[in-house]
Amino acid sequence: MADEGKTTLLWLQSGGCGGCTLSMMCAEGSDMLTAFQAAGIEILWHPSLSELSGKDVVRLFERIIAGEIRLDILCLEGAVMTGPNGTGKFHMMAASGRPMQGWIADLAKVAGHVVAVGSCAAFGGITSAGGNATEARGLAYDGEKRGGHLGADFRARAGLPVVNIAGCPTHPNWVIETLAQISLGLFGENQLDTTERPRSYADHLVHHGCPRNEFYEFKASAEKPSELGCMMENLGCKGTQAHADCNTRLWNGEGSCLRGGYACINCTAPGFEEPGHAFTTTPKFAGIPVGLPTDMPKAWFVALSSLAKAATPQRLRRNAVADHIVLPPSSRSKAQK
Amino acid sequence: MTRRILGPFNRVEGDLEVRIDIQDGAVSEAWVTSPLYRGFEQILKGKPPRDALVYAPRICGICSVSQSVAAARALAETQGLTAPENGRLATDLTLAVENIADHLTHFYMFFMPDFCRDTYAGETWHEGIARRFRAIKGEAAPAFLAARAEFMHMLGILAGKWPHTLSVQPGGSTRPIEAQEVVRLLVILSGFRKHLEQHVYGTTLESFASLASAEALMAWSHEGQADLQRFWRVSEALALAKLGRLDMPVMSYGSFGLFQPGVMRGSLRTAINTQAITEDAAHGWMAQGPQTLHPFDGVTVPDADRADAYSWCKAPRLAGEPVQVGAICRQIVDGQHLAQALHAGEGVNVRTRIIGRFIEIARLVPAMETWVRALRPREPFCETIPLPDHADGVGLVEAARGSLGHWLRIRNGHIHNYQIVAPTTWNFSPRDAAGIPGPLEQALVGAPVRPGEDDPVSVQHIVRSFDPCMVCTVH
Repeated sequence: MADEGKTTLLWLQSGGCGGCTLSMMCAEGSDMLTAFQAAGIEILWHPSLSELSGKDVVRLFERIIAGEIRLDILCLEGAVMTGPNGTGKFHMMAASGRPMQGWIADLAKVAGHVVAVGSCAAFGGITSAGGNATEARGLAYDGEKRGGHLGADFRARAGLPVVNIAGCPTHPNWVIETLAQISLGLFGENQLDTTERPRSYADHLVHHGCPRNEFYEFKASAEKPSELGCMMENLGCKGTQAHADCNTRLWNGEGSCLRGGYACINCTAPGFEEPGHAFTTTPKFAGIPVGLPTDMPKAWFVALSSLAKAATPQRLRRNAVADHIVLPPSSRSKAQK
Repeated sequence: MTRRILGPFNRVEGDLEVRIDIQDGAVSEAWVTSPLYRGFEQILKGKPPRDALVYAPRICGICSVSQSVAAARALAETQGLTAPENGRLATDLTLAVENIADHLTHFYMFFMPDFCRDTYAGETWHEGIARRFRAIKGEAAPAFLAARAEFMHMLGILAGKWPHTLSVQPGGSTRPIEAQEVVRLLVILSGFRKHLEQHVYGTTLESFASLASAEALMAWSHEGQADLQRFWRVSEALALAKLGRLDMPVMSYGSFGLFQPGVMRGSLRTAINTQAITEDAAHGWMAQGPQTLHPFDGVTVPDADRADAYSWCKAPRLAGEPVQVGAICRQIVDGQHLAQALHAGEGVNVRTRIIGRFIEIARLVPAMETWVRALRPREPFCETIPLPDHADGVGLVEAARGSLGHWLRIRNGHIHNYQIVAPTTWNFSPRDAAGIPGPLEQALVGAPVRPGEDDPVSVQHIVRSFDPCMVCTVH
């Protein structure tokens, strides 16, 4: 079944929404299928794409586990459903009489690389929110805690830990580029950050390239949805802490959460699903936002903020609370006339 | 009598198992199992109400905006809030893009690849269809994906990204649209229309929407080689009109102010009494068991070991009856002439479920062009007012695959109860407390089984004709 020169890929879905696959279908330059082909990836089976169904799928899994078919990359989308009480009955794989968690563990053992696609597969994500009544887990993390379904020491056959392409959803190219790098032998452990996210996108902050940066610099803040100002002070935005390149890579042509007028909720981070406050309201202590940029001394931030607030140009002060530019930047040449 | 357990069904959203009894070469009885439980209704309990706008879209990666709209409408109802005109238009456009993209994704990626199976290798049409639609390797998918991705740029502008936007708010949209962006939206729409007319319909959207009968469809299908024309000819060759027929009330909550709401029993249309919507879990792995509850009072407590249960899905009923939902149902309820003619002539079946989606796209795209032109840059897109501490709200919307409802109860400023009844909850419902099978369970009865078939291809066609979304079904 597997072509010798090709990188074989098997994609499983469990406790998730399928949104990372649907997002991947938005890939451009080239489309997802052409990109896989270009990277030498042969899809053994993908639940949304493949013709093969029913018993033949179960047989395919069995043959992979038995070592009859080589598996180079195993992708999981969605959390591993281990409840109730560790039985995995919250997701029995259809017509296999077996919990999905068992299939995942067996297939991970024989896979060259194991890739968690999305924050659910990486850390548990949205599926583990609330009291995590379903015992949803990531492949190698349980929220922020190392371990997860496969255990803290898990290494795939080729030697790497689980690669966590975190995000809710993932950007199409975070997934395609990582899989292509793996397939072409261009991906090593030094390309993973401290939570095993690809550094290609996780070494950046959502803040980078945010079109509201000038409002941020002067602490000119939006107070309500649809207003143009910075959303960190009031509307819950975590762009200054969130690891991702959403504002430099852009989504669906020209978008991002910030460009769409709403807060970054730090969806690439473990535990983002339970922020401990209403998502779109900034928690404050003595009037100062609690979540400040991670690598900036708090006293400095407070001092700079009060200075910036005192110096805020009238233009930014007014535009920040408007839903369109009411005061454009003044033109120097005109002002001189 | 032989019993088969079929699954996993791929090319549906999420996981699905179907158990069938076969007698005299046809399915005699069917049971539909939704095998995954995630517990969103439990997750939402006790949360600040606006957090529903973050959690609800993540129920589903394919109906994400529909879930957002339902949540936003439920919140807005607790506030008595009406969005400004711009906000309503922006939300309608966002939802319409998702509806249309979903219909096409279903056709190209999920539904058509089944006709490429080797089981049809002897048919005269097989070679051409397989070349075009074969899973992963067919020639149609890359071009479709590229057109879809470009169409999705509308959501980059209107909603920041897709799926899982937060632009959809109870009071409108977080994303004010500027004059130059109105033009961008129009340009993207016009490119998309061109793609549809050239590759999908083989005619203008308006002329397709004006076809009035199965005969007119047949004549149109012989005029060219566009993808929908090819499908219709295959549907004749395989007599898909006889497959998966379901004579059961059809329901639509209505959408965009363009498609009227209602329930049709035969040719009689009545209003929907949402008070008569109930769910039971007589055959669900739920502690509620056979108790019949209105969604406002709905309870979601899983019990994986309940006897007689075979699905995580509850059984929704309208005045005690199962109803079918989806694009063809929306068009029938709205009185669209082609949908009504097909309904009267051949009922709701595998091929009318497909054609219903394309009737809808042909009507939506021209409507979207007028909505974009109606946007008023520099006027308000969103109104924000506080939420009440105690209130109930319902959010009804039509997702691509049918009627979606959120029932929200706020007490002491927090979510006290949140119940979701999704399109595929209706369509893929298990048997109810009275033992009445759900729509798919009924539609599968009579499906032919070819000699030697392990996984009957007729079952594959019928199941996928509903465009099921299993992640929404149980949530």
